Amino acid sequence: MAFKKNRRSPLAAVIVMAAGLALTGGGYAAATAAVEAVKPVSAVASADQISEGRKLFLANCASCHGKNAEGTKAAPSLIGVGGAAVEFQVDSGRMPGQASGPQLQVKKKQFTDEQIDALVAYATTLGNGPDVPTEEMIAANGDATRGGELFRINCAMCHNAVGAGGALTEGKYAPALKGVPADHVYEAMLTGPQNMPVFNDANLTPKDKKDIITYLKFVEENPSAGGYELANLGPVVEGLFTWIFILGFIIAITIWLGAKSN
Amino acid sequence: MSNAVAAPKKGGFLAGTANYLDERVGVAGILKEFGRKVFPDHWSFMLGEVALYSFLVLLLSGTFLTFFFQPSMEPVIYNGVYGPLKGAEMSIAYASTLDISFEVRGGLLMRQVHHWSALLFVAAAGLHMLRVFFTGAFRKPREINWVVGFVLFVLGMAGGFTGYSLPDDLLSGNGLRIIDGMIKGIPVIGAYTSSLLFGGEFPGEAIVARLYGLHILLVPALILVFIVIHLFMVVIHKHTHYSGPGRKDSNVVGYPLMPVYVAKAGGFFFIVFGVIMLIAATFTINPVWNYGGYDPSPVSAGTQPDWYIGWLDGALRLAPSHLEVHVGGVTWAWNILLPMIVGVGFLVVVAAYPFIEAWVTGDKREHHVLDRPRNAPTRTAIGAAGVTFYAVLWAGAGTDLIATNFKMSLNQVLTSMQILLFVAPIAAYIIAKRTCLSLQRKDREIALHGRESGRIVRLPHGEYIEVHEPLDEFEQWKLVDFKDYQPTLARPNAAGKITLRARLRAGLSRFYFEDRIAPVTQTEIDAAHHHGDHDAVEAAEVKAVEA
Repeated sequence: MAFKKNRRSPLAAVIVMAAGLALTGGGYAAATAAVEAVKPVSAVASADQISEGRKLFLANCASCHGKNAEGTKAAPSLIGVGGAAVEFQVDSGRMPGQASGPQLQVKKKQFTDEQIDALVAYATTLGNGPDVPTEEMIAANGDATRGGELFRINCAMCHNAVGAGGALTEGKYAPALKGVPADHVYEAMLTGPQNMPVFNDANLTPKDKKDIITYLKFVEENPSAGGYELANLGPVVEGLFTWIFILGFIIAITIWLGAKSN
Repeated sequence: MSNAVAAPKKGGFLAGTANYLDERVGVAGILKEFGRKVFPDHWSFMLGEVALYSFLVLLLSGTFLTFFFQPSMEPVIYNGVYGPLKGAEMSIAYASTLDISFEVRGGLLMRQVHHWSALLFVAAAGLHMLRVFFTGAFRKPREINWVVGFVLFVLGMAGGFTGYSLPDDLLSGNGLRIIDGMIKGIPVIGAYTSSLLFGGEFPGEAIVARLYGLHILLVPALILVFIVIHLFMVVIHKHTHYSGPGRKDSNVVGYPLMPVYVAKAGGFFFIVFGVIMLIAATFTINPVWNYGGYDPSPVSAGTQPDWYIGWLDGALRLAPSHLEVHVGGVTWAWNILLPMIVGVGFLVVVAAYPFIEAWVTGDKREHHVLDRPRNAPTRTAIGAAGVTFYAVLWAGAGTDLIATNFKMSLNQVLTSMQILLFVAPIAAYIIAKRTCLSLQRKDREIALHGRESGRIVRLPHGEYIEVHEPLDEFEQWKLVDFKDYQPTLARPNAAGKITLRARLRAGLSRFYFEDRIAPVTQTEIDAAHHHGDHDAVEAAEVKAVEA
């Protein structure tokens, strides 16, 4: 192996790899950014849509979920998961998954809205499951008080009382809910993605879900009356802020006061 | 006409008033006594002042809050202005907190002033304690004042916690539930104590009113009493000062209270007040409206106590679970008892430290000149270990936030903290001690040979030397003026026996003073000043180390 060492610098491999990654990654990002589109209004799935969805499925999902969505060792079956689950996972960018890990990460989504609709249409043909909610079901015009109470009872133990997120075991976590679109919140409750429990319609009725969304949107849209929120992370951040900024500032003043007058 | 009216004093209103007061309450004497108290100038002497001023701000803002807060746990339907709670059932305490926040003019500002200054009060007191510790200001005659200050720190924690629990929101209720759990974890008396405290099963309907009584009456009164004792002792002992030319254990070098310090301290009060106001007006603290009224069933993620209780919460989190032992029908929950023992033990060691060190050194002299931390390497290292131990426990309370924000596994963060709790203080001890000793060596070098000037000179015969600039005497004094302890030996007592106590003391003395750098002596300095006479310096150095 000695001659190989002599032939090229050990850094060469790293440089080639970095260049390759930058090229493919950058090109890919540019390509996906180019095909961003606006959401269409197609409620009823056409046969074209379904076949388009199947094609997309075979090209992007089947390697893990199986050719007929029957599931493999790597990923669960998608038969009967319903459109809501598919839209949540794909529209939030979690699926297709990029790397295995404790939890799928939110990424830039990889499909256009038409493509996602096609995937949803295809998924609904596989078996009965919860459907994508309608605009009315997720409109933030319910009862915020009731929603807040339901949220604290059912969601706050993982997502924090104002949805700032929280830790779960072994690297898993409940994500922050600020900025999460209402349809994703609804679908997550309905389908229980990843580590989240399912809150089906018998558990939290559609009205309950609507109220919860109303509460979350209220918190999101109304900034704190008390000033900057310090990420709503509670006393830990307040304590750090006290030590670093308040005490730091005051110590700077004491040094100024204690300095010799010359 | 000798008994006619006394000749009117000249000097106008001010002098007249001063005279009036002096003739009735002897203001002149008081002023003479206090006004001429001398205080040395150093920024680190103002940390205690910061704590004192935050306490004054606490009293002022707290009084405002008592006008509007109602400590009742009676249920009520909220009908205030905050949308997402309208129509919710909650306690009157929580409802009145919401009213203070949203409907009382200036109420939210006052709440935030009160809460931020509470955090600052304990933080400043803690930092002040650290300053006193690392400079050895707790040595005779100030041991008792250290304990008084320690009690103030604990009272600060108590005041903070009782206040934190008052709004009766979800966060404070969760905090109380943890306290309830800890109390119930005490074998035999736990359940009875909890029942007495909460007036029945948790949460009951009494706890807010009871904590309110403690929070606005007993705790502040005790803090005030201890502050008076604390300051009175400062007057009795006089203030310490850092070593410098003319500064001795028998004097205080600084400016008199009147007029210099009164002006400075008065101005500083307004600066501290101003900083608190600025922060309170710009940054949200404890947004109670987010948490909703207390309900024993939900527990929010990210439920933490205020920072000064954080280390105890961290101890609870870091304790291994499943340590329950059943003995004769009584459960010993060591996962709860262990953290409590660690917490109380830590506090006891902190309170007792001055007495421990005094016993080890056997030093009965009064000390008014402060140590530079490097000149007491073992003490500084113990302090560093203590701070690290506390800091790991403290960080333990934020394990969930560390895990989510740095994308790590919560379990691994917890395990790392458990290991760090034992390893980090030892590492901190070693690093601090070695750093101190190195700094002392550097000081010795500088005191003897002066500072490196960076100027290289070639001598006629070809030798290169770096010119060292000698220190002036003022600078030099700071480097050489410190006391040196040497390890003591275990000596037999009157009966000729070496007791276990004597052995322990000798062992501790060795632990403290085995590694030491002797202060520079006058002989060494004289020798060093003999130009080029390096052999003499080295000989003196060798002698000093052997001594």
